[in-house]
Amino acid sequence: MPESLIPGLWLWIPGSPLSRRPGKTRTVLALRNIGKIFPNGVEALAGFDMRLHAGEFVSLLGPSGCGKSTVLRIITGLTEPTSGTLEWLGSSQRGPQRLGFVFQEPTLMPWASVASNVTLPLKLEGRHENADKLANDALARVGLSEFADKYPRELSGGMKMRASIARALVTEPTLLLMDEPFAALDEITRFRLNNDLLGLWQSLGKTVVFVTHSVFESVYLSQRVIVMTPRPGRVFTELSIDSPYPRDERFRTSAEYAACCRRVAEALARGMGDEA
Amino acid sequence: MSPAPAPGEEERRRDRSLRFVLPFVVLGVLIAVWHGVVSYWELPPFKLPGPSLVFTTLISDWPVLSRSLAITLITTIQGFLLAATGGIGLAILFNQSRLVEYSFYPYAVILQVTPVLAIAPLLLIYMPQQLAVLSCAWIVAFFPVLANTTLGLNSVDRNLADLFRLYGATRLQVLWELKLPGALPHILTGLRIAGGLSLIGAVVAEIAAGSSGVESGLAYRIVESGYRLNIPRMFAALVLLSISGIVIFFVLSLLSHLLLRRWHESALVEEF
Repeated sequence: MPESLIPGLWLWIPGSPLSRRPGKTRTVLALRNIGKIFPNGVEALAGFDMRLHAGEFVSLLGPSGCGKSTVLRIITGLTEPTSGTLEWLGSSQRGPQRLGFVFQEPTLMPWASVASNVTLPLKLEGRHENADKLANDALARVGLSEFADKYPRELSGGMKMRASIARALVTEPTLLLMDEPFAALDEITRFRLNNDLLGLWQSLGKTVVFVTHSVFESVYLSQRVIVMTPRPGRVFTELSIDSPYPRDERFRTSAEYAACCRRVAEALARGMGDEA
Repeated sequence: MSPAPAPGEEERRRDRSLRFVLPFVVLGVLIAVWHGVVSYWELPPFKLPGPSLVFTTLISDWPVLSRSLAITLITTIQGFLLAATGGIGLAILFNQSRLVEYSFYPYAVILQVTPVLAIAPLLLIYMPQQLAVLSCAWIVAFFPVLANTTLGLNSVDRNLADLFRLYGATRLQVLWELKLPGALPHILTGLRIAGGLSLIGAVVAEIAAGSSGVESGLAYRIVESGYRLNIPRMFAALVLLSISGIVIFFVLSLLSHLLLRRWHESALVEEF
């Protein structure tokens, strides 16, 4: 049995089942010793380290104000770190077409139809040919095809968020950054969007960094949960959630899920300095 | 099952019709009281003309009054259009360049806080009358457009602004695709105020210009009729000015409603 002799080899054979497992492949982005002090003196991050691997689903978990969102903003380049380095590795270069960003609010232009909102990134990048088709594809992926001509005001909170995700996907980014996207939604909608997001991730194979303050959400979604300390934020510990995908409602009610949640919750509590 | 009207629908419709009818009821009552006062005390027309006399004057003097109305309205519309372009243009300029804003904003404020009635005689010295009147209408009307547009351009959704940055939007794209559409409700508010103010500016300037004018607008007719104790004509001219103001307000409100109804909250609640 050759695979038991050299099990690691499977990882390197293209097309083998193991090499397709996300999270075990190459690093696309390394953040090293990132520090961020805002002009008003608030120290948001100190000595933050993180590596992202191609195709993996990572959650950044931490209390409010621990600098989770700042990490995302530094990755996008919207905020410059005060210290530390950010290194893009391999073919993934930093550039707008490589990044998709989903904000905590849907952040849609209220004066434009859903379709126009989704086409916006393409328009801003000057990619006009095919823009409508790409937007339709993106809307179809999030199940909003029939709502292309509606205005954001006419959509429910969950649908607005879907439109926002469609907009982030329209440029075919390799890295999708999500900043507590479902925090404002009711639980039923949030669960549905969790499932849909996992479906998208599995079919599209993008790297996802998902910021949340919900232990349950981070465990349900991710392969890796990075637990952060309170301000100034740094990585307290990192836990891998090995449960296989696809994960569904059965997983959400399983003992395995509950055990993972307890592990993560304990880590979070220790990170916050509680004796829990 | 036939679709039953939603509860509250009936009530809302009644509320809407009341909102439409009641002002006219008040108007009718006022006219009746006015008529009653004039006929009870047998007031002579040079003290207080009755509503019917004002109405007949409006018809008999229509040739004179309509010409004056046209002159005043043309000034008002020109002043309004200049104020709209000037106010929006200046706001865009201020928004694009901090230095320009710092340099000139105080003067825009000074122009606004100095009473136009005091500026008008000066303008009349240096400008031909028509231009002076127009300038007055512009001075009064442009500031609300400037102030509201500036506010609108500056109150852009921060996340949307970040999104535009993320996708490498140019300055022009940010202005055209984000700031201006976002500022539209504010701009329209400014325009609605400016509509009424440009009429006021035109009237003030006409009064200041007085009898020196060759072309005489409605405000001049009021002054002139006052000198001649032609009080019914004063009232008739006043009624025309008032109706002009109402029409301007409604036209601009309608414009605002049509532009915003698909997306803005204000258009959802208000009728217009």
